[in-house]
Amino acid sequence: MKSYGVWAGKKIIRMMLLLLGVSLAAFWLVSVSPIDPLQANVGQVALGSMSQEQIARLEEYWGVDQPPLERYLAWAGDFFRGDMGDSLLYRQPVSHVIGVKLVNSLWLMAIAWLLSGLVGFVLGIGAGWNQGRLPDKLIRGYSLVMASTPAFWLALVLLIVFAVWLKWLPIGLSVPIGVEASGVTVLDRVRHAILPALTLSITGVSNIALHTREKVIEVMESDYVLFARARGEGVWSLLKNHVLRNIALPALTLQFGSISEIFGGSVLVEQIFSYPGLGQAAVTAGLGSDVPLLLGITVISAAIVFGGNLTANLLYGVVDPRIRKGEIRQ
Amino acid sequence: MHRIRKRKPEEQEVKIQPERPWQPDEVLRIEHLSVSFAQYQKGLAKEDLQVIRDLNVSIRKGEITAVVGSSGSGKSLLAHAVLGILPYNARQGGHIYYEGQELGRERIKELRGREIVLVPQSIAFLDPLMKIGPQIRKGKKDPASREKVKSILEGYSLSPEVAGLYPFELSGGMNRRVLVSTALMETPRLVIADEPTPGLQMKLARRVMEHFRELADTGAGVLLITHDLELATQTADRIVVFYAGSTIEEADASDFSLEEKLRHPYSRALFRAMPQNGFTPIPGTQPYAAQMPSGCPFGPRCIHCTQECESPIPWRELRGGRVRCIHAE
Repeated sequence: MKSYGVWAGKKIIRMMLLLLGVSLAAFWLVSVSPIDPLQANVGQVALGSMSQEQIARLEEYWGVDQPPLERYLAWAGDFFRGDMGDSLLYRQPVSHVIGVKLVNSLWLMAIAWLLSGLVGFVLGIGAGWNQGRLPDKLIRGYSLVMASTPAFWLALVLLIVFAVWLKWLPIGLSVPIGVEASGVTVLDRVRHAILPALTLSITGVSNIALHTREKVIEVMESDYVLFARARGEGVWSLLKNHVLRNIALPALTLQFGSISEIFGGSVLVEQIFSYPGLGQAAVTAGLGSDVPLLLGITVISAAIVFGGNLTANLLYGVVDPRIRKGEIRQ
Repeated sequence: MHRIRKRKPEEQEVKIQPERPWQPDEVLRIEHLSVSFAQYQKGLAKEDLQVIRDLNVSIRKGEITAVVGSSGSGKSLLAHAVLGILPYNARQGGHIYYEGQELGRERIKELRGREIVLVPQSIAFLDPLMKIGPQIRKGKKDPASREKVKSILEGYSLSPEVAGLYPFELSGGMNRRVLVSTALMETPRLVIADEPTPGLQMKLARRVMEHFRELADTGAGVLLITHDLELATQTADRIVVFYAGSTIEEADASDFSLEEKLRHPYSRALFRAMPQNGFTPIPGTQPYAAQMPSGCPFGPRCIHCTQECESPIPWRELRGGRVRCIHAE
């Protein structure tokens, strides 16, 4: 297993480098953006009433005339020590804001992730197995329509139907309005998460279903399935012994790779349902020139997405005998 | 490729009898097998591409019968047709009889993998993610099956550890033996070997063929599908020559020792093309399935070709074998 460790180590180092790259790019983009640190921190009105001397002192305090690289290093150094700075909008440490928002979002994303993965997998198998016949046409049709439907539009439709017309589910937010935090039950939270999670799942399903379908068709057309049929293996044996076995690995990659899509979708969906998650915080930070929060969210979400891909890579090495044993042999 | 179609039961109600009386030593007989594919041309025009036109073979118990044809002539489809695993866009005609009775859709489903087994041509026919042991025993987990796998492997001097390996971990030599061993989980009455020696040296190929001889010695009939005439003449009992979708000659393997003993001009041409017999090829190629001449498919390349060769040629008995040529005597 030694070489697997080396291989995994390389993957982890690569992930670190990627994170470094992302933070650099994000920092550079912010530094060339028209956001004026003084104006953002002190405010337009206060800035107007200050003397030239005061402004100069503030500029020195905020490091306006320092070269961008120095500013980046200072920020990255603090970040590395766990200090992400303070959010302008929330007046709290960025790490704290991200922590709270992330917990809210993770709820949503975990449900959507599991649901879309599971449903997509099952639908994909159903379509691939029945290639060209009615179930396939229905599932493929559904997937193609959903893949081309913008998540925000779907969110609005669900909102109108279930919250406005039927009044079955709340119209937004993550907890009921006017209830003390201690009075919020788990059921309340679940009820509020249903619509956003559903939106994310419905759009996430199509991608997984279509990819799984392709893979199932590929497996069903393989020589080894032909041989299995020649050996008299029945439908159930084919499915269990060959199809599931051979599509499990690509499905795993797909599932962890889809984290990025769920994450991206959550930004829009949270915005529509006013769901106070990480996605909404990112939008707020961007619109409100809250640079520390924006940078923090960028790096954390990049880490989560990379983490998903990394997990898929590492799991592949554990699960696929060709990789696992091949590594040992070298 | 993979439709598992439901067949209506009435299809097999009518009892169909073979043309000639069934011989007690026969295990499989194929009469006038044809396989065609529906192909879509430009627009919606549909064309039937007939790959196998008129194939006649009889397999006897305890014998190896080789069907020899050049690469890409659709020989593998013969195996797929017998096993009932042709692709969904294929159409099959003619009759296949097993143990004296028509081998219909439902019957082959019962028999394949049990009495009728296929030995595939390469390791690609094994599931890459399934260990050899479970693969040989088709996923069964009972102790009896495990024990059986162990003894099968032992029979091919493979260690029990092989059962725990994945196909990609096998060496080239183990490959062949593992593929043959998949046939032995049950007691086969008919073994279909589809090109079991691709790219192997003659020495190795003959060793592989010994495994099939052992199977034949247990009383099973072996259908060997190959492009290797030399190997077939050295290891099979009967040889059936396949040309452009039809069987054109059925001969004893020993007939291939002397050109005069052969019946069909194509078989004789094959004979002369063998290295030890002059190595002389004949000009031309096999006609493509879509541009098949009427009458004898070999006509355009044949020096004996006459006008009569343009009408359908019967499959007739001659000197203890069979031939599809009106001039042969």
